[in-house]
Amino acid sequence: MVGGKNITETPPHQRSVNTVFQSYALFPHLSVRENLAFGLKMRGMPAAERHTKVDEIADFIKLGDLVDRHVDQLSGGQRQRIALARALICEPDVLLLDEPLSALDAGLRSQLQVELLRVQKRLGMTFVFVTHDQQEAMVMSDRIAVLNGGTIQQVGAPREVYERPVNAFVARFMGHDNLYTISARKSDRLITALGELTAEDAGNGELLLIRPETLDLLPGAVEGPNHLTATVAERLYRGSHAEFRLAIGNTTLQATVNNRGRHLPEVGETVTVAVAPEDLVTLHE
Amino acid sequence: MSYSGAVPTARSRAMVRETRHLLFTVAPGAFWIFIFLVLPSAYLMGVAFMTNGPYGLPQMPLSLDAFERLAGVGFLGWSPGNLYTLLRSLWQTLVSTVLVVIVAYPVAYYITTCREKWRPILLLLVVVPSWTNQVIRAFGWMNLLAPGTPLSSLAESLGLVAPNMGLYPSNLAVTLGLVYNFLPFMVLPLYAAFEKLDTAQVQAAQDLYASPVRAFWHAVFPQTLPGLLAGTVLVAIPAFGMYVIPELLGGGKGMMLGNLVANQFAGSSNWPLGAAGAILMLIATFIGLFAMRRIGKRLGGGEEVVI
Repeated sequence: MVGGKNITETPPHQRSVNTVFQSYALFPHLSVRENLAFGLKMRGMPAAERHTKVDEIADFIKLGDLVDRHVDQLSGGQRQRIALARALICEPDVLLLDEPLSALDAGLRSQLQVELLRVQKRLGMTFVFVTHDQQEAMVMSDRIAVLNGGTIQQVGAPREVYERPVNAFVARFMGHDNLYTISARKSDRLITALGELTAEDAGNGELLLIRPETLDLLPGAVEGPNHLTATVAERLYRGSHAEFRLAIGNTTLQATVNNRGRHLPEVGETVTVAVAPEDLVTLHE
Repeated sequence: MSYSGAVPTARSRAMVRETRHLLFTVAPGAFWIFIFLVLPSAYLMGVAFMTNGPYGLPQMPLSLDAFERLAGVGFLGWSPGNLYTLLRSLWQTLVSTVLVVIVAYPVAYYITTCREKWRPILLLLVVVPSWTNQVIRAFGWMNLLAPGTPLSSLAESLGLVAPNMGLYPSNLAVTLGLVYNFLPFMVLPLYAAFEKLDTAQVQAAQDLYASPVRAFWHAVFPQTLPGLLAGTVLVAIPAFGMYVIPELLGGGKGMMLGNLVANQFAGSSNWPLGAAGAILMLIATFIGLFAMRRIGKRLGGGEEVVI
């Protein structure tokens, strides 16, 4: 559905949807200008008008000086931008971006993420952005749809999808590893392999999700509600934060702690994990 | 000072060594080319400018007789026979190359759409006929096209040829023979081009409002152009110089330049005229290649496409 119309039966060349391809799919035998003007030409726009349009869009993406070059004289990032401009110039109702940044290196990638975001905000156009990278999805999106095997698992704002995933697939896709089977419930108290935890909103899911960044680590064994005693099995120091693999009984729990310059527990040290009841989420398999 | 003097010596010694290496690696090839290309060509050149002797062998003095004869000037004034042969050669080359492209293009595309394990077999089927001797295949066509055969009878009953004439010998038979003979040389490079076709470009063209026909023209055809031009070179040049097929399938009115040249060295024996004919063929071929290069550069958008 685009603009209230079902386009399932409409052939691709008549849809008001344009695509930025993963491989860019620029036409190598044409100049940058001819590439940009392609869609307009196919729709029968006169040459003079096309020329102005191309100059406009080239200025818009700040590549005005490249229009008379040949495609094979461009760098990866420039090609990406030309591919974007070639699709934007047609002013589609929806712009489809099929993993547009996956061929670029990390630095250029995050730079272009920001650039794409600004372009989208300025034009107010609907972008459908396909990516395998959950970080990229969260940065770029107003709404995320998580798909598995062609079916939508969850649609929602980035925070909603990340913090309240509806099932284990979405949770794992968003990068969560701390999933525990709930073996028994006593009203809002949940029994798992970790021990007994109280959740504010226990829901009715059979899995408990604990996000690593919601955990507090206290030195030594401390008694209290939603407190678990653990041993540090592994510590990955990442500068801005540290990641811990904690052993609790026979199972493990991941925790992420911001580095505020305080004591970071060593491997083998006994710590207490504290989690707030409102940070616990239950979900279905 | 002594230091600065030592540098050139070291460098010149390195240069000598490099030159010697170069000599060893290039010399065998250069020797080969000299013996089998430069010398014969020079000999051919020489013969073309000599006078025809009593037994058809070249003799002194140097003259332009052979070229005059080639242009059609004889004892009885000017005759257009040789000019017709040249034009017929060009025409046959053009027509058969175009037909080869028309047949080979869909075939090559079809093979790339087949499952991967079938492709080598299909390509083999395209190539296998060329493992048989050209002469035998030409005789095969004779049997297919001779008067009284089903194909000829069909053509006669449709009024395409005069009664009892058959399709062979004729210029049409030569064209068919050329198309059949050179088809693999077009299919293979086109197949290579189709196999690495970037389908994303086709999707992009359709995404940008190109109808299927325009998507083909803008996104598929340019990508196959290098293969098409390579195939054209492989087909057109040997077709232009073809001897066997017009000799066997063409009859008296189907002669091409290759036959004209061959006849001068065999039957009618006029070596200088034969050599002049060969030089004419070389020149025509070079012009053709040069034109192809230009076309390739134009259509390929500045890229070098052929040779």
